[in-house]
Amino acid sequence: MSILVEPPPSDEVAPFWEATRRSELVLPWCRRCEQPFWYPRAVCPRCLSDDIDWRHASADGVVYAASVQHLPGPGRDAADGPYVVALVDLTAGVRVMGNVSRCAPDEVHVGMPVVGIWHPLSDGRQLLQFAPKE
Amino acid sequence: MSEHTLRGAAAIVGVADRTSPTGVVDLHGRVLEATMVREALADAGLGVEDVDGICYGGAAPGIAEYLGIHPKFVDGTMTGGSSYEIHVEHAAAAIATGLCEVVVGVYAATPRGDRARKSGGGRGSPPPGPNPMLEWEMPYGLRMPMGAYALAASRHMAVYGTTSEQLAQIAVDTRRWAALNPRARYREAITIGDVLASPMQASPLHLLDCCLVTDGAGAFVMTSSPRAVDLAKAPVYVLGAATCTDHSMITTMPDLTVTAGAVSGPAAFKDAGITTDDVDVLMGYDSFTITALLHLEDLGFCAKGEGGAFVEDGKLGPGGALPTNTNGGGLSYTHPGQYGMFLLVEAVRQLRGECGPRQVPDPQIAVAHGSGGVLSTMGTIVLGTGAAL
Repeated sequence: MSILVEPPPSDEVAPFWEATRRSELVLPWCRRCEQPFWYPRAVCPRCLSDDIDWRHASADGVVYAASVQHLPGPGRDAADGPYVVALVDLTAGVRVMGNVSRCAPDEVHVGMPVVGIWHPLSDGRQLLQFAPKE
Repeated sequence: MSEHTLRGAAAIVGVADRTSPTGVVDLHGRVLEATMVREALADAGLGVEDVDGICYGGAAPGIAEYLGIHPKFVDGTMTGGSSYEIHVEHAAAAIATGLCEVVVGVYAATPRGDRARKSGGGRGSPPPGPNPMLEWEMPYGLRMPMGAYALAASRHMAVYGTTSEQLAQIAVDTRRWAALNPRARYREAITIGDVLASPMQASPLHLLDCCLVTDGAGAFVMTSSPRAVDLAKAPVYVLGAATCTDHSMITTMPDLTVTAGAVSGPAAFKDAGITTDDVDVLMGYDSFTITALLHLEDLGFCAKGEGGAFVEDGKLGPGGALPTNTNGGGLSYTHPGQYGMFLLVEAVRQLRGECGPRQVPDPQIAVAHGSGGVLSTMGTIVLGTGAAL
């Protein structure tokens, strides 16, 4: 799968991107709220605390919403054909966006269990993606 | 907090818009904006020398300078397509509290003409520099904005059993209105089958589930209710107004089946002292068929999840129980990118009885409900005739 728009890593979430180099998902946790949040940032979106911990999390989840892109979106090539963009509710308690691959696009449905997989980026970081749970 | 602080304090007294069946408008930029302001002021029977407030979806000093005005109320709120409903809310509040007396709001965008002029044109490249959407969504290739709405539609279908046929009915009925509007971009009748046979863009949304890309512009003029009664046209009073935003990126929308309109809608209706039964014309932002369906539920015209069944009988179309998007909507009339101005203009014209073949019989209450971003920011305006005051 071509990924031409690579995510620019913002300084405040360096622990997240560094962990992806080890194929590890870490989520930002607010030490005050004792809850993870998404998207990663340096300030808790619930209480505005800047006391943030980065904790290992499972990348397993369930598809919350899914759409097959029949024409190429940003960074994609028509030659790649249709692909799925989904929102996935991770068991770790946050909702993230990701592509679901390793199955036919039309097989992806709301409620489908998925597991995290990693797609390499040009600078050694990796992008979280998903595949159907076996 | 007191209630009904805005009810009836201010009125829309002039409107204008410029669209074309070709999708291309001959003017662009500041000239187009100034033309809209001049026409809206003429519609009101006012001159530019009367203006002491301005609303603009972006930096307002530039347009104020171009118009040669020195406003003492300046609102540059930019929330996408709902900006213009929120401008009406803010202008009503400013007028009600005496900050100013005559406010103009204006919008223009010409994405089609810009292509020919090779001046950019707004579609394609993402905004420069690191930002959350670029870091956490763009890598996944979601087509924007339609992909975000497609995700919402997929969720609504999975949770409530809403069908593509039900969504298509909205496009069909909106086109029936457009057939009555000589200035609409598309006027030929379509069927549910036509919608379902149109190319899939981002499932479950087909091409005919999606709004147009056209040039277009519009403006409104507002003033205090005491001053409004002496002007050229019957005043259209602002009876209620409310705003709510609950996310920017689709990933952070709390529930993809419930918009912030579930907050702004009931609040505006309460402000106006009305219920859904009182609404004679609904102008509900239809960037996509799913957008319009969510508004019906969130504003309370039907229960959450029942929007599909609600629209099935064609009640949104001409002769139906809930005349909706009577100009032909963003789906068939015009959609230059931020469609909220056109909701207001059509609501005002319906309440004045100026709509010719598509005129709803004797409406007293119209609602303009704007949606901005990716179902992100909702602005609800309840408008009424003098009889509704």
